[in-house]
Amino acid sequence: MITAMADKPEPDGIVLTEAQKKSRRQRSIAIALALGVLVILFFAVTMVKGPAVLVRPM
Amino acid sequence: MSVLDQNAIDINPRISEAEVGDYLSLLKPRVMSLVIFTALVGMAMAPGHFHWVLAITSLLCIAVGAGASGALNMALEGDIDSKMSRTANRPIPRGRITRPEAMAFGMTLAFFSVMTLGILVNWIAGALLAFTIFFYVVIYTMGLKRWTAQNIVIGGAAGALPPVVAWASVTGTVDVEPLLLFAIIFFWTPPHFWALALFRSDDYARAGIPMLPNVAGPDATRLQILLYTIVLIAVAAAPWALGYFDAIYGIVSLILGAGMLVLAINVYVRRERSQSLRATRKLFAFSILYLFALFATLLAEVVFPVLARMVGGA
Repeated sequence: MITAMADKPEPDGIVLTEAQKKSRRQRSIAIALALGVLVILFFAVTMVKGPAVLVRPM
Repeated sequence: MSVLDQNAIDINPRISEAEVGDYLSLLKPRVMSLVIFTALVGMAMAPGHFHWVLAITSLLCIAVGAGASGALNMALEGDIDSKMSRTANRPIPRGRITRPEAMAFGMTLAFFSVMTLGILVNWIAGALLAFTIFFYVVIYTMGLKRWTAQNIVIGGAAGALPPVVAWASVTGTVDVEPLLLFAIIFFWTPPHFWALALFRSDDYARAGIPMLPNVAGPDATRLQILLYTIVLIAVAAAPWALGYFDAIYGIVSLILGAGMLVLAINVYVRRERSQSLRATRKLFAFSILYLFALFATLLAEVVFPVLARMVGGA
C-alpha cells in the first residue's frame, strides 16, 4: 500500500493547455486595455471640465 | 481516501478557451453600429456646445451599454439561440462562453457604462441609459419576447432610445426633437422585424417564440407591415412638417418612404412561397438602408451648415 502510494506521481493541480493559456492571456490583455481606456477617459474629462468636473445636472 | 479527496479528483472544472473575439460578438456589433450612428445624430441635433471629449465619452458609454444589453440578451436566450439557425453560431450555443460568464460580462459592462456616463457627463443621460438596458433585458428579453406577439412593437422602444440618451448627454433634458427620432425608430422596428420573422418563421416556431407570423399568420403580418409602414412614412416626415428641418429632408424622407411603401405593398401582394420570400428579404434589406439614409440626411442637415459657416468664416 505504501509502495503503491509512493509510485503514484504527485498531482500537479490543474494544468492549462496551450489554447487555454493563449485565450487567458488574450482576455487579460483586453481587460488591461479596457481599464487603460477608462483611466484615460476619466483623466481627459477631468482636464476638460477642470474644477467643474463634479458640477453636473441633477 | 476520504470523500473530500474523492470529490477533489472528480471535479473537473471547465476552463474557458473563449477568445476576445467571442466576447466581442456577445456585444452584437452590427446592432451596436446602428445604435452609435443614431446616437450620433441625436447628439449632433442637440443645441449648445459639447466638448468633443464629452461627445466621445457619451458615444462610448451608449455603445458599451448597447453591447451590455446584447450580452445579457444572449445570456438569457442561450436555450432558444441554439434552436434557431440565425443564432446557432453565437458564442453560447457554440459552447465558447457559458451563460453565467456572459451574464457576468454583460452586468459588468452595464454597470460601468451607466456609472461612467452618469459621473462624467450627467445623471439624466446615465439614468436613461440604465432604463434602456433595463427595458431591453427585463421588459423585452425576459418578458415580452416569449409572451406576446407584440414583443418587438413594445420592445422596439429600447432600440429607439439611444438618440434620446445622446440628446440628454448634451442638454441634460429631453425635448421634442429626440422624441421624433425615437418615434421614427419605434415605428420602423415592426416592418423591419416582421419582414425578418416572415422569412424566418420556421426558426421562430422551432424556438417557440410567439412572433406575429407564427401567432396571427403570414397574411395578418403582411397587413400589419403595410399599416406600420404608412405610419412610419408620416412620422419620418414629421421633423420637416413641424418645422425642425427644411424641405430637403422632407423630400428625402418621402422618397425613401415611397421605397418602403412599394416594398411593403410587394410583401402584401406576393403570397406565393418563393415570391413572398424574395419580397420579404428585399423589404428587410431596404429597411436597414432606409433608416441609415434617413438619419444620414438628418446628420447632413445639421453638420453642413456648421461646416459652411466654418469655411465662410475662415
